[in-house]
Amino acid sequence: MKKEILYSLKSPYRDSLDVVGYRFGSGKKSVAIVGAIRGNEVQQMYICSQLIRIFRKLESENRLAENMELLVVPCVNYYSMNIGKRFWPMDNTDINRMFPGYDLGETTQRIADGLFQKLQGYAYGIQLTSFYQTGNFLPHVKMMETQLTEHNLMKWFGLQYGIIRTPRPYDTTTLNYNWQIWETNAFSLYSSETDRIDAQSCEVIVQAILRFLNYAELLTVHTAPGYQTELVEESNISQIRTGQGGIFQPCVQIGERVTNGQLLGKILHPFEGDVIAEIRADHTGILYFAYNQPLIHENTMCFKIIHS
Amino acid sequence: MIKTIAKATLAVNEVLHIKKSRIQNGTGKQRICIVTGIHGDELEGQYLVWLLEHYLQEHIDQLDGTVDIYPALNPMGIDSITRGIPQFDLDMNRIFPGNPNGTMMEAISASIIEDLQGADICIDIHSSNIYLQELPQIRMSVPTMETLLPYGKLLNVDFIWVHESATVLESTLAHSLNSIGTKTLVVEMGVGMRITQAYGKQLFDGILNLMQALDMWHGEVPAVREPIVSLDGAVEFLNSDAAGIFVPAVSFGTMVQSGDHIGDILNTLDGSIAASIHANCDGLLFTLREYPVVYGGSLLGRILKQTDGKAANAV
Repeated sequence: MKKEILYSLKSPYRDSLDVVGYRFGSGKKSVAIVGAIRGNEVQQMYICSQLIRIFRKLESENRLAENMELLVVPCVNYYSMNIGKRFWPMDNTDINRMFPGYDLGETTQRIADGLFQKLQGYAYGIQLTSFYQTGNFLPHVKMMETQLTEHNLMKWFGLQYGIIRTPRPYDTTTLNYNWQIWETNAFSLYSSETDRIDAQSCEVIVQAILRFLNYAELLTVHTAPGYQTELVEESNISQIRTGQGGIFQPCVQIGERVTNGQLLGKILHPFEGDVIAEIRADHTGILYFAYNQPLIHENTMCFKIIHS
Repeated sequence: MIKTIAKATLAVNEVLHIKKSRIQNGTGKQRICIVTGIHGDELEGQYLVWLLEHYLQEHIDQLDGTVDIYPALNPMGIDSITRGIPQFDLDMNRIFPGNPNGTMMEAISASIIEDLQGADICIDIHSSNIYLQELPQIRMSVPTMETLLPYGKLLNVDFIWVHESATVLESTLAHSLNSIGTKTLVVEMGVGMRITQAYGKQLFDGILNLMQALDMWHGEVPAVREPIVSLDGAVEFLNSDAAGIFVPAVSFGTMVQSGDHIGDILNTLDGSIAASIHANCDGLLFTLREYPVVYGGSLLGRILKQTDGKAANAV
């Protein structure tokens, strides 16, 4: 294992921001794994830490393939993590909306550029990422639909679902999209959690990444059997919204199979406690996202269902 | 007439309203829309819309048409000094055209578009951000230049910046409206979290001038300035390569020459000057850093390049 600083930025008042990478093996650039680009992606950093521990052991046991290099970047934006923010401390910009970056541009453009320079040329890119809205996901993998996308590669992770997303304009500045454009097969992996560490869903993602690397013949390790991944277009996913604002009471858990019309949750009047709205499934399928805050505004997306 | 154009029930005992004020007189069919407050930390437009509303109400007999004013597209942002949409940390100017069946803010964005659609001209007023001060200017993309430039020249701004189009900007209010045929101009002026009364008055005069050109205003119109029109290549950027406290050495909005001292970046711990910033061309300093703390990459200023003794006029 080689630990190195991939990018460094001076601060007026704090220690330098040193984006650290861990390299395993040597030779052909095979896989790059990126953890927390946002300051609240604690679970994503934790998953990387567990991977680094495992890769170090595998490397010492000579179980990495010949002529391959694996890079793990556990945390890019720890400046924000250390002060409890999601985005860049100074101007609240999102580094994951700055790719491919610009070396003469604004601060977060420079960070994105410095990082992206080191992430190019890999055959596969895995980003552990999160959703802008708070909630829990069924662990899954996602690829952006570009002309270069090979959807079937998602099956190597052995997760239940592989989601295919048609990029919207704001997606074009993400790491995943730019990796894909620069001819790296790019995957976004969603764990159940973001702000807090959940060992169980961490293990699901760790096993999925090891399964992928096994499949790609980049290392040899025993993993638990995975799912036969079902590939799903985003258009086959329902987004269920609340009809009212108030106190949110979910009745179902992610991963549950729900039927059309089933009660998914209730909205209570915040002062009087009465049920003022019910939230029901609009399709039969698997619940793969659930909002997890006690208060909710009208029209907030609170559940996602993958249609059966 | 005050009207709610979009609303959503919040969690606890409150409804979010997006409101507009309609000022109407005569039989004229022309309608202009003035929108602002899409970024909660940009307040320059607040004074401008007050000036306009106040003046038009006092001189309503000279209006022949409709003026719709939308002072706060992001009311929760303005109320909490938050640039984006509070709670979601989303930039509201990256979710247009919205979706009537989408999430709360997507549905609100779709309602905003529906209400603005069909106006003869829409003006979306921004204030830079808290970090930079800007001379009053209009920004438009190359594909919209032919349609928008004649109207932009009427608005009494100092210059018009015609930039290359970028895919990510397709999610803005202005792009969404222009793409459905509602001509929309984006104004940037002043600085975030502040009001520069002179700029508000300057744009106010420009809006009366535009209304006169549209034959919907028959009152007085002060003389307006001819803006400089420039393409991307005529703008030079000054980005910091050091971290520290930026202290300017020049006045904002003045002509500078290549090599002129623009300012210093100070190290407050050891008393040194971390970097001295100098102009990289002759021209008009139309952007200058306002917020002192800088990192490597922080934008310190922009200069509109001067050629043949005049600021560039590339179009």
